[in-house]
Amino acid sequence: MKHIKTLTTKTLKNTMKKGGCGECQTSCQSACKTSCTVGNQSCENK
Amino acid sequence: MVLDVCSGSVHVVDDLSYDVIALFEEHSEDEIVKKLSDYDEADVRECISEVRELKEEGMLFTEDIYKDYIFNVKQRRTVVKALCLHIAHDCNLACKYCFAEEGEYKGHRAMMSAEIGKQALDFLVANSGNRVNLEVDLFGGEPLMNFGVIKEIVAYGRELEKHHNKKFRFTLTTNGVLLDEEVMEFANKEMANVVLSIDGRKEVHDYMRPTKNGKGSYDLILPKFKKFAELRGDKSYYVRGTFTRKNLDFCEDIKHMADCGFKNLSMEPVVGEDDTEYAIREEDLPVIFEQYDQLAKEMIKREKEGNGFTFFHYMIDLTGGPCVAKRLSGCGSGTEYLAVTPWGDLYPCHQFVGQEEFLLGNVYDGVKRMDIVNDFKACNVYTKEKCRKCFARFYCSGGCAANSYQFHGNLNDAYDVGCDLERKRVECALMIKAALAE
Repeated sequence: MKHIKTLTTKTLKNTMKKGGCGECQTSCQSACKTSCTVGNQSCENK
Repeated sequence: MVLDVCSGSVHVVDDLSYDVIALFEEHSEDEIVKKLSDYDEADVRECISEVRELKEEGMLFTEDIYKDYIFNVKQRRTVVKALCLHIAHDCNLACKYCFAEEGEYKGHRAMMSAEIGKQALDFLVANSGNRVNLEVDLFGGEPLMNFGVIKEIVAYGRELEKHHNKKFRFTLTTNGVLLDEEVMEFANKEMANVVLSIDGRKEVHDYMRPTKNGKGSYDLILPKFKKFAELRGDKSYYVRGTFTRKNLDFCEDIKHMADCGFKNLSMEPVVGEDDTEYAIREEDLPVIFEQYDQLAKEMIKREKEGNGFTFFHYMIDLTGGPCVAKRLSGCGSGTEYLAVTPWGDLYPCHQFVGQEEFLLGNVYDGVKRMDIVNDFKACNVYTKEKCRKCFARFYCSGGCAANSYQFHGNLNDAYDVGCDLERKRVECALMIKAALAE
């Protein structure tokens, strides 16, 4: 595309198909402990 | 840059496409051409075609279809997959902002016994269903004040792995005072992640994180953290600080930690009542936003120079990242993630420990207060009025339940200052991605 460059390669809607396995890290186990940051966790459902 | 909230798509756009996107849903193609007569018509029509294509592919103007999906997510049977073990309700520092009241959590000093720790792991295995990866954070107070018990708990976990199809990921959060060679060697063998607490510049750190006798702790811990980070090699670690109203120029502290050679950084805004001298207030937000901008620019500069570092709140995986079910279900406190006190009581998370109205049960008898668990399970971005229209709702997943309860007395609200900060951080994180993609 000439005018728009898309940085993402998957959409949230598509993750509904096989999402929710729950094997991913719990956000407060990383470095928050006083806030909630879910969006930066990795998906383990490869 | 344009974020399509409900698909999570991030687009870098030129001026024309930015204008076209703003008009696209409410106007016909000819109307848009007419309104954007300052641009070349062929360019405008080409751009409209690109926008239309992205919409058809579900990457622009995506509707929020998850309200129904959330029903299924919330009806699911949840299992416990992570525990925060309060190895020590005691601390060898006296940090002024400590939510755990120097480790005592509204209670008394106590150390977890190996028996309680082992029982907690048994509880986790028994309540984790088919989940393979189980997380156990060794937390405090200062957990290294009870290092012998840590070793026993971890060894027991490794034994359990042999007999159950489970994998324990242990993490350790420490202030570094008792970090010695034995601990480093043990942690590098057994800990999937370590969180090392330091607030940045010496004067900032020493003011907020003194020892019990009032001396600063910076000189005591920094050499240890440097050595430890070096020994970690490829293994995960975070050097994590807290910033307060006393160091609103916290970007300098992050740069200081990066200059010390640390590569994985985190800096959390303190959460405190407005009447404390260090609490972040609404009036501080413009200064903090400027600092986040400055940090983003510094990270881009250093990355391009080949000397980059990661900042926890700016980490966004645009090619992977969590599924929508994860983003809808939040941090898991009270359902998938529980805290265990030194005497084995269960709470929804470490921040609720000591608040008796949230006592869920204990590691021997299990969770008895399913009514509380169900309150946490029901919490999501659609039950929170403030989240429904927020563009960042799929990044923070409705925010921290403990913050909501602390500031509003219920779980279905949101800590407003925290929301403002989260939105700013998401903006900066996306801006960095866009800048580095150029």
